[in-house]
Amino acid sequence: NARRKMCPEAAEKPTVIKARAGLLWLQKTQTVQDENVNGEYGLIINGHSLAYALQKDLKLELLRTACMCQTVICCRVTPLQKAQVVELVKKYKQTVTLAIGDGANDVSMIRAAHIGVGISGQEGMQAVLSSDFSFAQFRYLQRLLLVHGRWSYIRMCKFLRYFFYKNFTYTLIHFWYAFFSGFSAQSVYDDWFLTMYNMVYTAVPVLALGLFDQDVNDRWSLQYPQLYSPGQLNKFFSKKVFVRCVMRSCYTSLVLFFIPWAAMHDTVRDDGKDIANYQSFALLLQTSLMIVMSAQMFFLTYYWTAINQFFLWGSLAAYIAITFTFLSNGLFFMFPTSFFFIGTARNCLNQPNVWLTVFLTCLLCTLPVVAYRFLLIQLYPMITDKVRYKAQKEGLPTPSPYRPPPRRISTRRSSYAFSHSQGYGDLVTSRKFLRLKSRPSLFGQKDSPVVENQPQVYRTITEEVEDSQS
Amino acid sequence: MYSMSMWNVGRGRKKKGRGMTGKGELLHPGKDLSVLLTSLFLCSPVDCAIKAMVKHEQEEFPNRPDNTAFTQQRLPAWQPILSAGIVIPGFVLIGLAFIGVGVGLFITSRDVQVLELDYTGAVATDPCYKCSDPSIKNCECTMEFHLDTLFKGPVFIYYGLTNYFQNQRKYGISKDDNQLYGDLDTFKSPASECFPYGYDSKSKPIVPCGALANSMFNDTFRLYRMVNGSKKEVPLNGKGIAWWTDQNVKYRNPNETPLINAFNGTVKPINWPKAAYELDTTDVYNNGFINQDFLVWMRRAALPNFRKLYRRITKDEYQAGLPAGNYSLEISYNYHVLSFKGKKKLVLSNISWMGGKNDFLGIAYLVVGSLCVIMSIVMLIVYAKFKFPEED
Repeated sequence: NARRKMCPEAAEKPTVIKARAGLLWLQKTQTVQDENVNGEYGLIINGHSLAYALQKDLKLELLRTACMCQTVICCRVTPLQKAQVVELVKKYKQTVTLAIGDGANDVSMIRAAHIGVGISGQEGMQAVLSSDFSFAQFRYLQRLLLVHGRWSYIRMCKFLRYFFYKNFTYTLIHFWYAFFSGFSAQSVYDDWFLTMYNMVYTAVPVLALGLFDQDVNDRWSLQYPQLYSPGQLNKFFSKKVFVRCVMRSCYTSLVLFFIPWAAMHDTVRDDGKDIANYQSFALLLQTSLMIVMSAQMFFLTYYWTAINQFFLWGSLAAYIAITFTFLSNGLFFMFPTSFFFIGTARNCLNQPNVWLTVFLTCLLCTLPVVAYRFLLIQLYPMITDKVRYKAQKEGLPTPSPYRPPPRRISTRRSSYAFSHSQGYGDLVTSRKFLRLKSRPSLFGQKDSPVVENQPQVYRTITEEVEDSQS
Repeated sequence: MYSMSMWNVGRGRKKKGRGMTGKGELLHPGKDLSVLLTSLFLCSPVDCAIKAMVKHEQEEFPNRPDNTAFTQQRLPAWQPILSAGIVIPGFVLIGLAFIGVGVGLFITSRDVQVLELDYTGAVATDPCYKCSDPSIKNCECTMEFHLDTLFKGPVFIYYGLTNYFQNQRKYGISKDDNQLYGDLDTFKSPASECFPYGYDSKSKPIVPCGALANSMFNDTFRLYRMVNGSKKEVPLNGKGIAWWTDQNVKYRNPNETPLINAFNGTVKPINWPKAAYELDTTDVYNNGFINQDFLVWMRRAALPNFRKLYRRITKDEYQAGLPAGNYSLEISYNYHVLSFKGKKKLVLSNISWMGGKNDFLGIAYLVVGSLCVIMSIVMLIVYAKFKFPEED
């Protein structure tokens, strides 16, 4: 009935859309679509009623009605029912759910949700032990989501994009070379470079990117919660982004191979001796690849700490040092069959045309990216770009307003599960629905049976003892 | 990606004396001190110690994570931004620099002279057609060519091969670096990568083993200049054609004099006319494994169409170059390539600071430079018209 009043033109039975999702479209999903409502509503349901509402025939109806509301409050529920509500939302809505709680009664809910957050404190460590994240005060949730969660998403996406890009480029060059080496699986690099590339030369800078990168300051992140939306909309890493990354790798590998190929064609050194030999070609390609990857990292990193600088330039220096060492006389004398690239660096890298080729290749790989990104920022700026631009002009944002001392809030026991945008606290604080509490509260309170048996000595209000359900 | 300690901000440790037993909230600091003082004076040593420890821990918040710049992600950092003030002038500068370099490269490359003579003998009208039959041994053929202008010196002579995959993987690893370094033990037992060119049909070890050495190019050339109707030989310099590191470090002859003693019990590669110790009997520094023609061949090419340095023309009256006139090239045709549709050619070339003649680099620089300049103009137009507003 309530639902019919809220949304008169909706169908009687909830429409469930069966689809396939997932990486290779292997997972079957069922989605209940969101519907428009004429007005803003809230729903309060207690444990007794929820027991009926979660039955098979009614649960979709419950979900549909609940999703039409801005806020849903379930009070006096058992731990199992908490978990069931979370699972209902998880199953029929393709959203990410977060559950936060602090007591042992919240453990099942925390484990059921995608992300479980435990609050450590007076209720004990049960919630903390079973959660993905834990902290001591409820207000830290804001920082968890808006600052650290967002940074984590951005770092992960950048890391993945760069990792795929560098490995695809590195491998596709072999593919192009195969056409010119009789398809004999001849690698176009020195064997040592093949080993060291992923382990030593490019491993550490990307790790530093994934650990330290920030697009905006934490204060700016808190000031502009809209920055959170690209993460919700999957903007930075999806199938489309992955395909774009692969295309870019294709282009880079084509440039990285064919420019040296054309430049080395029938060329010799400036004293007439050979330079178009396999070892010099390999060294040329390796060097261009390393410089291009370093340049890409340079343009990808937004937050240059000293550690990032050290790792990036250090990797490049390590490449140069290791290459010169492995191509030197000393190691060759010890292991002639392993280091047979001897002399290549000295004979190849002192040629101006080699360096001109390297330079051309690197700029031809990097400049389109820079131009594309610049044009994108000018024509279709994302919220991130706008805030970064503002942050650069203004420095630190205005300080956050004074927060009340935390002791008062942490005495309240509470647990919450939510998966939608913030609802209206005013509706609840108007005390139209609550019978018991003399103190206004922002969210509903759920007391566990365990707690009710304890004397509430440090609460400033008295509470009528309710009969707890079995 | 992130350190887990950051999440556990302010995780409190439950003490037995708090919480559920109703003892209540933390004592206020003032109260703490007075209780501490009284307890110090009035309690037994054990009690004192415990109470002091408890209060010390309560005051210190031992589980609080570090509040350093590193752990709290407040490290000082440089935050560059892709602003128009950097990008557009950068593109213009790069574009202009590239155009300048491109022009220089193009002019340099155009001034390099190259003369190619294909002597494969594939067609009946070619002078070397009679030699192209593989069954004919020790064939000689002659090619004539004419130079209109002075071919500036020093002149370099290359032999070129096409459709020849020296970069094939199995072919390329078919050698024994220890043998070529002069290790006598490996003379008797060549490496397994040399198979099937490690031992001959009578199971005698081949030195130097492997397909790479076995397929060494063995055509020889003599250049004659026609002066007043008679042929005058142009002296060719076979020194200084291989890399210095190849000749002095990578390849070493075994430590025996005369060199032939080291090769006792071994045979020469199947396709070679002479053994390794007979490659140049006139010069001990050009014999054996350090023979420059051998070294040039062993440095395998990256691509299927390649050139390798054969000789240099540096002596006497040809130091300034080859004067204009008629020339005759006498070829000892030993190397057969028609079976795999390859081609052979002789190339005369001179050198510039950027190497041989390669127009590509100059043209590429010019193209990329102009594209940069065009892009910078486009970006300037976009920036001027569509600068995004600063409000959110």
